[in-house]
Amino acid sequence: MKEIYLDNNATTRVDDAVFEEMRPYFCELYGNPSSMHYFGGQVQKKVDEARQRVAALIGAHPEEIIFTACGTESDNAAIRSALEVFPNKRHVITTRVEHPAVLTLCRGLSKHGYRVTELNVDGEGRLDIDELRSAIDENTAIVSVMYANNETGVIFPIEEIGSIVKEKGALFHTDAVQAVGKIPLNMAESTIDMLSLSGHKLHAPKGIGILYVRKGIPFRPLLVGGHQEKSRRAGTENTASIIALGKACEIAGDHLVDENTRVKAMRDRLERELLRLIPAARINGGQAERLPNTLSIAFEFVEGELILLYLSELGICASSGSACTSGSLEPSHVLRAMGVPFTCAHGSIRFSLSRFTTDEEIDTVIRELPQIIRRGREMSPFGREILQQS
Amino acid sequence: MWDYTDKVKEHFMNPRNVGDIADADAVGEVGSLACGDALKLFIKLDEKKERIVDAKFQTFGCGSAIASSSALTEMVKGKTLDEALQITNQEIAEYLGGLPEEKMHCSVMGQEALEVAIAKYRGGPVPTHDHGHEHEQEGEIVCKCFGLTDGFLKKVIAQNRLHTAEQVTHFTKAGGACGGCIPKIRELIAEVLGEQQKLEPKRPERLTNLRKMQLIQEVLENEVRPQLWADGGDLELIDIAGNNVQIAFRKACAGCASSGYTARFVEQKLRELVADDITVEEVQG
Repeated sequence: MKEIYLDNNATTRVDDAVFEEMRPYFCELYGNPSSMHYFGGQVQKKVDEARQRVAALIGAHPEEIIFTACGTESDNAAIRSALEVFPNKRHVITTRVEHPAVLTLCRGLSKHGYRVTELNVDGEGRLDIDELRSAIDENTAIVSVMYANNETGVIFPIEEIGSIVKEKGALFHTDAVQAVGKIPLNMAESTIDMLSLSGHKLHAPKGIGILYVRKGIPFRPLLVGGHQEKSRRAGTENTASIIALGKACEIAGDHLVDENTRVKAMRDRLERELLRLIPAARINGGQAERLPNTLSIAFEFVEGELILLYLSELGICASSGSACTSGSLEPSHVLRAMGVPFTCAHGSIRFSLSRFTTDEEIDTVIRELPQIIRRGREMSPFGREILQQS
Repeated sequence: MWDYTDKVKEHFMNPRNVGDIADADAVGEVGSLACGDALKLFIKLDEKKERIVDAKFQTFGCGSAIASSSALTEMVKGKTLDEALQITNQEIAEYLGGLPEEKMHCSVMGQEALEVAIAKYRGGPVPTHDHGHEHEQEGEIVCKCFGLTDGFLKKVIAQNRLHTAEQVTHFTKAGGACGGCIPKIRELIAEVLGEQQKLEPKRPERLTNLRKMQLIQEVLENEVRPQLWADGGDLELIDIAGNNVQIAFRKACAGCASSGYTARFVEQKLRELVADDITVEEVQG
């Protein structure tokens, strides 16, 4: 059974060209870039090239790129740095729909003397900008708002948020893990101070990320004990993965148009056909601006894990905002924040496409999913009138 | 992904007895859409109204909820109502070759639906649609999110020998949403453990040294450590010298300001269950 992989917001396959690029840096060119000898020096050159490639994708200067181990590390480093830079500012603003890397950190801060404001979203997953305006003040150290939501794909008005943040003198961080490579970003004309990016969401390996820190923005490292990354992130560089990420960013830049045309067209077709074929379904965040690859669709009266298990039997890989897949018992914090009706909050499925997705794969999902939903509803004690409609 | 057994997979891929029974003798409903899972169980009795001749289910829920419902309907067929009432949630899980602990509440839901169906059959007319929780156990609501009473929780804690609040969440969902009732759940665990100890007096009359050392270990394993686990703590037995028991605290107990108090609790337990003259000493190790 060949897998149909539609879970690219969870992780992506490593591009063959990316793997080829990193391959020599394990057994052959394994030198330490900090070494004085030629053997390490040649790796240093490739790390520099990777830094330039990453910077080019987001319109940044190479020296503004700090390589980290993952998006989570970047998020932690950015927020903790801001708190150290402004020891007297005891207020942090984020959103209720943030990735746990940010949300858990902020909720922990609230137990250590910080005031934390979590901005609300409306039923379509859109932020309330007025709430930000009234929450932010001179005591706010940092505002951390994700660029695009991982579950729904809803894109936040980052530049509008950034200009409000700048007026009050706070730092502005965005977790852009889901946005990079899917929509164009340009730090040269942005209000963003710090930005997190993760390699494995854009066809580089797991275990590599970056934190962008704008030139002139004060920064305090999370990891100390080495001069690497200009003492902003100690620890021997993950050279092979850094080089891979550079290549992945270069390829992502070449495919930005493809993401927003061909991939988006497949997503739109999947969405349209599922809504046409399956009654009592709704798109989470359907009225908002969204990433071109993400579809979060909720089905009433059927539970998400069951849908995923039936899809999985056919080799179709998706994910859900359902509690039952995660071991917790409530629907995802994102869907709850959006106030998705309880009749379908447990039955939300996320399909996330990539440039490797094919039309044939989308056809298979359109063919199989309506039967799966029907089957789940036939077992359910609820919503039996819906069965007559389908 | 959950590590489901082949039997669980087989039952959610090909569930037995899905549907309804128009002239069912007993119907039991538990759970709700908001809770994330719900089960409606239909039971048909033979002409003498003694044995279950057919059972069907409708379930809204995850793979293990479907599998547990399917297993339950297979298990009750051919049984009398009294025999059916003897089925425990562990037996439902065992029938399926086991369930991940986080999914044990699915087996509990099956057992509950069966109890509700039989209670309603014996108590009066078969109820119609009602999507609320139907716990027959008397008592106060402990978990407001899922509407669970202290009577129900204590029963599940005792039957499954649960030691931690987290386990109670996995088995009943109690405490899994807002978490407000977790302190109360811990109290219920302590209460149940206390009652079990009263029922099982373990103090022997005469002790050899060997037997004493065994008993000390047993009491620490079965009576003391589970209570420490409930608060995220633990201890290790370092040595036994005559009546002096040397222990070292671990996890949350290590460095805890109340560890002196905990050591007295350990001593009290050992004196109660092993010998009056035992002393407990906290050592580094």
